[in-house]
Amino acid sequence: MIQIKDLHKSYHMGTNSLHVLKGINFDVKQGELVSIMGSSGSGKSTLLNILGMLDEADEGSYTLDNVPIKNLNEKIAANYRNKFLGFIFQSFNLINYKSALDNVALPLYYQGLPRKERVEKAMHYLDKVGLAPWSHHLPNELSGGQKQRVAIARALASDPKVLLADEPTGALDTKTSYEVMDLIQGINDEGKTILVVTHEHDIAQMTKRIVNLKDGVIIDDSVVEQVRASQYV
Amino acid sequence: MFDIERWQEIFETLSKNKLRTFLTGLSVASGIFILVILLGFSSGIQNGVTSQFERDATNSISVWTGVTTKEYKGLNPGRRIQLKNEDFNAVVTKYNDNLEYKSAFYTIWGGLVNYKNESGNYRIQGVMPDNQFIENADISQGRFLNHSDVVGAKKVAVIGNKVSQDLFKGDDPIGKDISLYGINFKVIGVFFDPGGERDESKVMMPITTAQKAFNGGNDIRSMMYTVKMSDNFDEAVALSEQISLGIENDIKETHIIAPDDISAVRVNNTLEEARKIYSLVDTIKAVFWFVGIGTIIAGVVGVGNIMLIIVKERTKEIGIRKALGAEPMSIVGMILQESVFVTMFSGLFGLVAGLGLLEFVGPLIESDFIKYPQVDFNTALTTVFVLVFAGAIAGFIPAYRAAKIKPIVALRDE
Ligand SMILES: Nc1ncnc2c1ncn2[C@@H]1O[C@H](COP(=O)(O)OP(=O)(O)OP(=O)(O)O)[C@@H](O)[C@H]1O
Ligand SMILES: [Mg+2]
Repeated sequence: MIQIKDLHKSYHMGTNSLHVLKGINFDVKQGELVSIMGSSGSGKSTLLNILGMLDEADEGSYTLDNVPIKNLNEKIAANYRNKFLGFIFQSFNLINYKSALDNVALPLYYQGLPRKERVEKAMHYLDKVGLAPWSHHLPNELSGGQKQRVAIARALASDPKVLLADEPTGALDTKTSYEVMDLIQGINDEGKTILVVTHEHDIAQMTKRIVNLKDGVIIDDSVVEQVRASQYV
Repeated sequence: MFDIERWQEIFETLSKNKLRTFLTGLSVASGIFILVILLGFSSGIQNGVTSQFERDATNSISVWTGVTTKEYKGLNPGRRIQLKNEDFNAVVTKYNDNLEYKSAFYTIWGGLVNYKNESGNYRIQGVMPDNQFIENADISQGRFLNHSDVVGAKKVAVIGNKVSQDLFKGDDPIGKDISLYGINFKVIGVFFDPGGERDESKVMMPITTAQKAFNGGNDIRSMMYTVKMSDNFDEAVALSEQISLGIENDIKETHIIAPDDISAVRVNNTLEEARKIYSLVDTIKAVFWFVGIGTIIAGVVGVGNIMLIIVKERTKEIGIRKALGAEPMSIVGMILQESVFVTMFSGLFGLVAGLGLLEFVGPLIESDFIKYPQVDFNTALTTVFVLVFAGAIAGFIPAYRAAKIKPIVALRDE
């Protein structure tokens, strides 16, 4: 599903430049659930943003579902993001004046679906994350866990090839974190490829593979025995 | 632009951000409202001032005389200059091609006029038939004086509406006799004058009759001419001035008056006055336009400013939308379409409110100097579109810049 080779990325600030990713190589197959770990500043978010086409690498190649991702202009990047990718953020990033349902329906609007279909589909995914009764609530009427579940429903709504989650449980307490991980595991069980950036070992243990970043290179990449989150909720 | 889905999305955004929508709309609506009121009153003042000076024909030259103040060719100052019929005729002969109406006057300032038991003090004026047009007098009953009245020095009179009301109390005055110093005059007509009551408190009779009845002999008190209008206002002014000067010089010559004696002969040229009035009106108009354009500029800056704040406030939302697959131009389009819709809608609202107020309040204004405040609808509509267009331009820059921001930057937590 994902192949990256010799990926480099530097940030330039004035005369200083910071070499963040120093040659990343890794592949992710269809249906994998991968966690990316590493200390703060090791380049996890940078890597995920490049995978999400929110940012571009300086060097190296990136292929997503056999489509080479390079020389993207804004318009093509927007289309690819819409078709291929679903994002889950630490701070949820819901649009605060839109109801849960409308938030979930937004990527479908950019896919050009008619309103009726959007609502039906969005409702289906809200139901899937257990929030159907909350569909008309605004984000600030929801708890953190509920917000993240709305965000997950939104990421799923466009039926992307890959879900990218940057510290999806970073703003949640342990119990809620496990609930969210349970949901993510369920989605993965249905065959969706998912990458999760996290700091927390217990969360990483709930994925199937852990990639460890340090100083811009992968120092460890190992398959783990998946811990099911359902046993904690 | 005509994508229903897009409009639904926009209406949803607007209705869910009511305060923002309301404030934007309010600033635009009030700008247009003020502009409409301003332009309305500008035209009202223009109408008022113009109608104030409309009472007499605007292209007349009047001539009257006084007392000399300067010694000249051995003659002492303090001499009273008396105009004669010959002076009037000389001017008519000399400038006949350029003059339209002409009349000499023999005026008695206060004359006691009786009809049966009613009496009143009025201005008595011996005039010529052309005076009807010089003074813009409207005949409401009967007729004005004619040539044969003058030639025959008939004892007939045309009375002002005020005189008719005072003396006849609603009776038909035509054919009745009024008496003046014991002499009877037959009323042949009643006139209205746009100059109002003061100009209607007047009795006019043939100048020959007045000269005879009041021992005037050959004397005239003053004379008045109107100059044929040229198409070009400036040309008309120049011609009037030239004739005025010519008349003044001729009279000074025949009556042996020093060329620099300004009080012995007065020649007043109303076109010159009219020019001053028109230039005053132009100045007023220019001031209102200046203020109006200032208002529009302030409105445009205001709208641009609001757009800037809105875009700033929505940076994160824009980042989210882009992460979910919004193309940059769709972001720009969304913001512009929203702002154009709001400014257009509220601009038209302000326009209608302003026009409505003028329509409602305009007729209630009781001032001689403001009349029928009105705005040309097309002018007002044009200003709305200018505002909308300029607002869109002003909004485009921040919208475009926002759409260019990378989503990761927009999404970064502060
Ligand atoms: N836009 C940017 N401009 C300049 N430097 C940046 C930018 N984004 C990240 N960096 C720097 O790049 C390095 C890697 O950042 P990154 O966000 O990828 O780390 P991270 O592994 O996600 O850390 P954390 O666990 O704290 O989220 C950091 O030193 C950071 O300061
Ligand atoms: Mg990070």
